[in-house]
Amino acid sequence: MPFERYSLDAFRGDPKKHPLIERGWERRQVITIIFALLFYSATAILLLGLAVRIRTYAKTPAPLKIPTTPAPTSKGGVVLRLLREVVLFKSLFKANKWIWLFGWVFHFALLIVLLRHLRYFTEPVWFWVAMMQDLAVYAGFAMVAGLIGLWVRRMVVPRVRYISAPSDHLMLVLIIGIGVSGLVMKYIMHTDIIALKAFFLGLMYFDWQPLPEDPVLLIHLGLVALLMIIFPFSKLLHAPGIFFSPTLNQVDNPREKRHLAEWAARLEASEGGGG
Amino acid sequence: MTELEKTGDLSVDDFLDPLERPELAPDIMAESAPFVAAPEIQEKLGYPGELVDNWQEKAIEKMGELAGKYRSFKVYLDSCVKCGACTDKCHYFLGSGDPKNMPVARQDLLRKVYRRNFTLAGKYLPWLVGAEDLTKDVLDDWYSYFHQCSQCRRCSVFCPYGIDTAEISMAAREIMDSVGKGQKYCNEIIGKVHDVGNNLGLNPKALKATLEDLEEDLEDETGLKIRLPLDEKGADIMLVTPSADFFAEPHIDGLLGYAKVFHQVGASWTISSYASEAGNFGLFIGSYENMREVSLRIRKAAQDLGVKRIIFGECGHAWRVAYSFLNTLAGPFDFLDQRYPVPQHICEYTHDLIEKGEIKFDKSKNDHIRLTYHDSCNVARASRMGDKPGGQFEIPRAILRAACNHFYDMAEDTIKEATFCCGGGGGLLTDDLMDIRKKGAQPRMRALKQVAEDHGVTHMAAICAICKTQFSKVMPDYGFDMDSIVSIHQMVSNAIILDGAKSDDEDEAVNVTVNEDAMPAADGAEA
Repeated sequence: MPFERYSLDAFRGDPKKHPLIERGWERRQVITIIFALLFYSATAILLLGLAVRIRTYAKTPAPLKIPTTPAPTSKGGVVLRLLREVVLFKSLFKANKWIWLFGWVFHFALLIVLLRHLRYFTEPVWFWVAMMQDLAVYAGFAMVAGLIGLWVRRMVVPRVRYISAPSDHLMLVLIIGIGVSGLVMKYIMHTDIIALKAFFLGLMYFDWQPLPEDPVLLIHLGLVALLMIIFPFSKLLHAPGIFFSPTLNQVDNPREKRHLAEWAARLEASEGGGG
Repeated sequence: MTELEKTGDLSVDDFLDPLERPELAPDIMAESAPFVAAPEIQEKLGYPGELVDNWQEKAIEKMGELAGKYRSFKVYLDSCVKCGACTDKCHYFLGSGDPKNMPVARQDLLRKVYRRNFTLAGKYLPWLVGAEDLTKDVLDDWYSYFHQCSQCRRCSVFCPYGIDTAEISMAAREIMDSVGKGQKYCNEIIGKVHDVGNNLGLNPKALKATLEDLEEDLEDETGLKIRLPLDEKGADIMLVTPSADFFAEPHIDGLLGYAKVFHQVGASWTISSYASEAGNFGLFIGSYENMREVSLRIRKAAQDLGVKRIIFGECGHAWRVAYSFLNTLAGPFDFLDQRYPVPQHICEYTHDLIEKGEIKFDKSKNDHIRLTYHDSCNVARASRMGDKPGGQFEIPRAILRAACNHFYDMAEDTIKEATFCCGGGGGLLTDDLMDIRKKGAQPRMRALKQVAEDHGVTHMAAICAICKTQFSKVMPDYGFDMDSIVSIHQMVSNAIILDGAKSDDEDEAVNVTVNEDAMPAADGAEA
């Protein structure tokens, strides 16, 4: 499916008479260009934004030993502690069973759904991605159900409603929108999956291919791009943040090993005293 | 037993539930703010005397500085997703119902200003992400509500990202100090430590006289010359204990317990008048520099006295600073005997001796007591005892079980890592905050009432000078005597078998009377 070249000159002049507007196949080209650029920029913003954040977190010193105890006394123990938090949401489980249930179901369904979407980016499709196809369909529903549960809590439980800003609601709406539009395409208004895959493979190999112009697909993709763009500027930073949380990632060994931040060492050197 | 969301009406059985969620009562505690530090108190710690003219600008500048110096502060401001897990975990929220005492809402008082000044969304779409400018009203909220956090870390146990509100409230207090709005109670006490060496401002002469009086009392009680040595060069062990142990009840009885343990095993030990304070209020105001200065006194005292070991007495946040930070702030302690942990907790010391069979107890001496144990918050969630994680829960209990026959724990979801703060920690143990102190004590008191009803518990042991003072104030409200709060080493003191001690059949052997004139006003005195 070769992609027809066209000139940007076509954008100049009377827009109403413009051939891209008048003729459908050319509108499709505009949509393709918009979404191609959108996904390039969204990917760049997501990756660069996260890289900058992660770099900042890594470079910011943790001058004091503050693991929430009881804490592991070895690095291996810390890895296990973080795994329990990231995989099982252990602290959240201790805190509140409803939030845990909705939150855990949402995140793990999301993971499965994301892995399933690898089929649109790989050719041939990896066998384990193909294998999870059936499971992933249920995951789509589970994800939306988990999100709705979280949103209902946010509206119904007074304590949670109190701490919610508009963005906290909208973030849930956004992801629910992504999930629902995806399910709609799966069950109600199918889109041209082959062409979609060609579009994304085209993006990856810099050989652009036309994007199907189904409204539901465009909504789905638009929302995904939006999510990617706001990721590094929002509370979604909890994803990298958890790995840098000193209460969770520090080894409990302050008596055995002296822990000294660079700025604290400079303070010591300038003031004397200590070691 | 964190239960599923509770929605129904309260039944009679729920009445004493320490975890019962209150109705939201917005801003009901807004007026609860401590006295502001006078200019001379502030200046002594290197802070502006009063609110500086360009305080907004300075505060934002300080906020940026702290976000660059403390990973915890930076990551925690970014990472909260407002899931609500922490909302019902703070004892001050459970006791007051003020939603700004929910940990996330308390953090948000600062986070909204951070977002406004340091995040893209907050700069351009403040209404969307709940970002706000730092106004006078916001500053007042900070001053009220960051002094309604005892930095007990209970919320951090339940946060899926380990966000510790203590880190935020320490930073907030440091920011406020840096623009000239400090808290009188904490800052005055830190000044005293810098001047005299302890939170009470107790000079070496007075301390010596006090210790001599106590030695006489010990001799009257036991017939033995049990010593409380002060500034003895060449001793093996330097004991650093909260200065409340020298003056306040029930703290003193704990001090006598330490002395008896040292005496029984013939240990060579001393107290230092220069470092006569285990407490370190630099922690409460989030000041690395002040915390370090106080800690360096301990290093200097240990070097001057030429001791081999440092042992800390019963104190919660003091043990946090000692266990977690001392090596960082005032280390390395390579001049001490490396066969022992530096520093060591008195409970670790006593527990070792019990294990080795070097001290024994006549448990019947404590038969008039049916005991429970309050895990002091900073010991529970910010430190350790012994080699294994959780030793801070097991070791104190092992000592209590060795020293008394009747021990019963409170409900599992109110002890150990889920323990409550007493309500007076984190620099709140001052009369001007009595209302919030009493409200904050409510969950612990309800749990205590439960165990009293179930097992006839009469007394509660604690391992922190602040807890002891706070509980002796609030327990009477719940039908307990003031002296129902005891030190762990008071239980040790009651029951330890001392070689050569005169036999005593009376139960009341251990009540030591202290000269009333020598007692400082109770509040503000305890570390």
